[in-house]
Amino acid sequence: MGLIGKIRDAGRVAEPAPPQPEQGLPAAGLGGSVQVRHVDAGSCNGCEIEVGQAFGPTYDAERHGVRLVASPRHADVLTVTGPVTVNMAGPLRATYEAMPRPGLVVAVGDCARDCGVFAGGYGVLGPVSDVVPVDVQVPGCPPEPAAIVAALRGVSGR
Amino acid sequence: MIAWITAVAQAVLVAAVAPLLIGFMRAVRARLEGRAGGRLVQPWRDLRKLLRKEPIIPADAGMIFTAAPLVLMATSVLVAAAAPYLSTGGPLSGVADLIVVVGLLLLGTVALALAGLDTGTAFGGMGASREMTIAALVEPTLLLAVFALSTRVGSTDLGAIVAAGAADPAAVFTPASALAAAALAIATLAEAGRLPVDNPATHLELTMVHEAMVLEYAGRDLALVEWASAMRLTILLGLLANLFIPWGVASSPHPAALAVGAAVFVVKLAVLGGLLAAGEVFVAKLRLFRVPELLAGSFVLGLLAVVASAVLA
Amino acid sequence: MNEVAAALAVAFALAGVGAAAGWAVPARGRSTVAGAATAGVGAAGAAAGLAAVSGTGWQGHLPDLLPLAGVTLSVDALAGWFLLLVGGVAVVVGVYTVGYAGRGGHGPASRTALAVLPVFVAAMLLVPAAGSVSTFLLGWELMAVTSLLLVLAEHRHSPAARTAGLWYAAMTQAGFVAVLVGLAWLAAAAGGESFAAIRAAGPELSPVVSGGVFLLCLAGFASKAGAVPLHPWLPRAHAEAPSHVSALMSAAMVKLGVYGIVRVGFDLLGGGQRWWWLLLGAFGVVSALYGILQAAVATDLKRLLAFSTSENVGLILLGLAAAGLWTDAGEHAAAGVALAAALLHAANHAGFKTLLFCGAGSVLRATGTRDLDELGGLSRRMPATTLLFTVGALGAAALPPGNGFVSEWLLLQALLHRAPEAGMVVTVAAPVAVAVVALTAGVGVATYVKALGTGFLARPRSSAAEQAVESPRGMLAGMGLAALACAGLAVAPAVAAPALDRIAGGLRTGIAPLGGSGVDVRLSGIASTISPLWIGVGVVGLAVGFAGAARAVGRARRRAAAWDCGDGPLTARMEYTATSFAEPLQRVFDNVLAPEQDVDVTHPSESAYLVRSVQYRRRLPDRIEARLYQPMVTAVDRVGRAARGLATGSVHRYLAYMLAALIAVLVAGVIR
Repeated sequence: MGLIGKIRDAGRVAEPAPPQPEQGLPAAGLGGSVQVRHVDAGSCNGCEIEVGQAFGPTYDAERHGVRLVASPRHADVLTVTGPVTVNMAGPLRATYEAMPRPGLVVAVGDCARDCGVFAGGYGVLGPVSDVVPVDVQVPGCPPEPAAIVAALRGVSGR
Repeated sequence: MIAWITAVAQAVLVAAVAPLLIGFMRAVRARLEGRAGGRLVQPWRDLRKLLRKEPIIPADAGMIFTAAPLVLMATSVLVAAAAPYLSTGGPLSGVADLIVVVGLLLLGTVALALAGLDTGTAFGGMGASREMTIAALVEPTLLLAVFALSTRVGSTDLGAIVAAGAADPAAVFTPASALAAAALAIATLAEAGRLPVDNPATHLELTMVHEAMVLEYAGRDLALVEWASAMRLTILLGLLANLFIPWGVASSPHPAALAVGAAVFVVKLAVLGGLLAAGEVFVAKLRLFRVPELLAGSFVLGLLAVVASAVLA
Repeated sequence: MNEVAAALAVAFALAGVGAAAGWAVPARGRSTVAGAATAGVGAAGAAAGLAAVSGTGWQGHLPDLLPLAGVTLSVDALAGWFLLLVGGVAVVVGVYTVGYAGRGGHGPASRTALAVLPVFVAAMLLVPAAGSVSTFLLGWELMAVTSLLLVLAEHRHSPAARTAGLWYAAMTQAGFVAVLVGLAWLAAAAGGESFAAIRAAGPELSPVVSGGVFLLCLAGFASKAGAVPLHPWLPRAHAEAPSHVSALMSAAMVKLGVYGIVRVGFDLLGGGQRWWWLLLGAFGVVSALYGILQAAVATDLKRLLAFSTSENVGLILLGLAAAGLWTDAGEHAAAGVALAAALLHAANHAGFKTLLFCGAGSVLRATGTRDLDELGGLSRRMPATTLLFTVGALGAAALPPGNGFVSEWLLLQALLHRAPEAGMVVTVAAPVAVAVVALTAGVGVATYVKALGTGFLARPRSSAAEQAVESPRGMLAGMGLAALACAGLAVAPAVAAPALDRIAGGLRTGIAPLGGSGVDVRLSGIASTISPLWIGVGVVGLAVGFAGAARAVGRARRRAAAWDCGDGPLTARMEYTATSFAEPLQRVFDNVLAPEQDVDVTHPSESAYLVRSVQYRRRLPDRIEARLYQPMVTAVDRVGRAARGLATGSVHRYLAYMLAALIAVLVAGVIR
């Protein structure tokens, strides 16, 4: 790396990006652009910290065309964390309904997949797939940011 | 005929460049924050995807909600076609008037504000109320800057102002001009909804202005709104650039001159956009009720510009 | 026979017939007859005006009609412009009245209210057509009295209408006295009461006389025009009168105050001095700013429109002031543009304000309320009314391609003109005026976004608004006519250019004519151009084009409940109301508006940290009225009470007064 390259990369925190996935989910037709709306359906917030990291400078999901947005109307993908609690089932369903079609759901973390350690809790309704159709799952308790980024890249194809 | 082709070319160029400008500004910002950042064409990818998605209309909204993105887009394209970006000899001299341009941009703002109210949500109304308050307070600054600029040539015709500036550089580098540029720059920030007046990247509804009005849009409606917003930023930065750095704008309809004009225009945009993005990294959004103070400051600058142009002329 | 004379004769005859018929016809057909007569009077008046602005003047003297002075009529291009304006408004209102007044027999449909309507219009036609002081004053007073009767139409149901009538009567009569004294003084000084005689003597008058006459007339005319601070009658009368009357008053009658200023200031007195126009400009600036700020925070739709009338009158006065100042400075081209701006804005305002007041009337009829906080959701219940109101609001907000935009553009062009010879005061005043116009325009846009957005869009906030139904066809037809006029003025203001040239040429101030052609409006002496047609075609054409293109590429639109953040459905109570919409502006202009707000928080007995209920009250009294007029009213009241002591009922005392008065007169006569 030459001097100019060193100057250019001074202060750069982002890790080098892993290689691009072969192709995204063809049904989504997103073409390298993913807008994400995040719903915490009852998580312990461990996964939220990792999702936050995924959009932070180190993993920088934005370089893959992934952005968090403020309204489900703008979103293509719903990331859901945590087991779905009784109180959050309705809002989760409403959020999914509020997304324009086609909309995808990414279940982030073990709790979202199978309720994890909270399975059978009195306030727990069930995994995310019981409430809304899940397209992609990200295992882990919590999953690594890199895994979350990889899952989102898998959706968008970039 | 050539003038009309130029106008169409201008509109197409602005429409094509606008998303790239947004992408460039995001890239500059990402780099300054130590991130890698997205590609330059990412906003174009976003638009392509949004155009394919399903638009949604809230249950209680009517015609205005669906018409607003179209009006916003129409005003942006009309201004982009008429104003002197590539050439000073546009065919629509009756539209390329500073006051008309200000009015057309305001019409777009109004359309979006009405759409925000039409959704019937609290956030939509909140965004509309704030946007209209800011728009009302920006107006005096804009027109005072117009006053200062137009006295130089005795006309509010944009083409005439730019052409006169390019022909007589001494008239551009005057105290009045500098003050007007500062006033207009602040007004541009407010009009385009950039920091410190409005944060385009905010996710917190209570701090939103522009975003709050468009929360209900989806699919191709959202694509039009985002595209038009990008075009408005391009239009405003382009005007700022051509009014105060008027060189490179073609004064004849020669294709070579137009090509040079296009290249210079893109460079000017990149410089201004880069500066804006770099500046935004270092400032925070102002409290809403501090914004009038900022705008009052810009108003005073505008008034000083006018007085300076009258006294020092 | 001259066309103007024939048309005016038809108008006045129709007014007489209409009044008689309105009186005689039974309640069922009364509104139809009176409405048709009003429209007929208006059409005849407009025909007279059209002939006059196309160059056919007329002068007539009818010595036998009235004792002493007779009736003198004189119609030139300037008078024609206002005849056309009044007539056009009356046609719209006449058609609208048929549906609006309905078949009841009360309020606006009462015998008096309907019989007086055509007479009111005829009086408003008489004012610009007058050719002498006495005829002018006759028309002026007839207009005041008939409009007062109309304001009081709903006095039985509404105490507010009675208060409004009182304010209006007091202020309009005070204004009449001022105009009467001013014009009588002028006639005495000029040695003749016909306008021709005064015009001939005008330049020879001493500055004291002409200045005094101008001040007196300005006070009277500005109060009729609703200029701040002579405005307090206006928001009351416009709000409380039946809406078709509000439309007539706001769109037509108020303009005759403007006519008076032009006639006396430019024509009879022939220009005048710089301080006149600076004073008029100050009036304009204050009216425009104060009017629009009050409109921005008003929640009563008709009060909002009324204050917006003050604002627009302020802009018109500003245009007139600029015309006077530029004439004084020898900048004739700019003066011509300023005058054209003022006159064109008067016409534009007449167009959109008729439409808006009629729209407000339709809303009032459909919901029974004028409170914007209680409205909403009308766009899907009254689509045609909403569309027509939108056309009016676009004009009133002075946005392209609305009709108000062109005249504001002209006004700005006139104000942006720079003339170093005009002196330092003008050099500083012009940019301030530009800033005021800009701020007015900006706040005006916010005001009409509020009126349209909170009044008509989203969901109804009351059961009255929920049950609203579309207005009958007659009302929509009237409003449609007004909308067509607005659209015409918006895309082709150049058609008015020859008329404006003729008016400018007719005034003796040496104002150079204004040019205009085809799609463009070109100004003589100022190198700016505007193409209203291209702006309209561009915006509409591109929007339609994008609509088609977007539909071609994308999917079908889905209707879904508004995003509620997942927490249950949104209710209409969560919408932004007019009050909440204007709150940021109210806060920014806190010092000017001085709102009275209080927040009461009640706590449950267990803890002072919990809240049981919060009450928020806000009142926005008219500050000028409270500071300027209330003390005056109190003082007059006190004097009146004190004067009671003079009249004890003793005949001896009264005889003593008469003796004293006689002696005083004799002494005065001897000394003289």
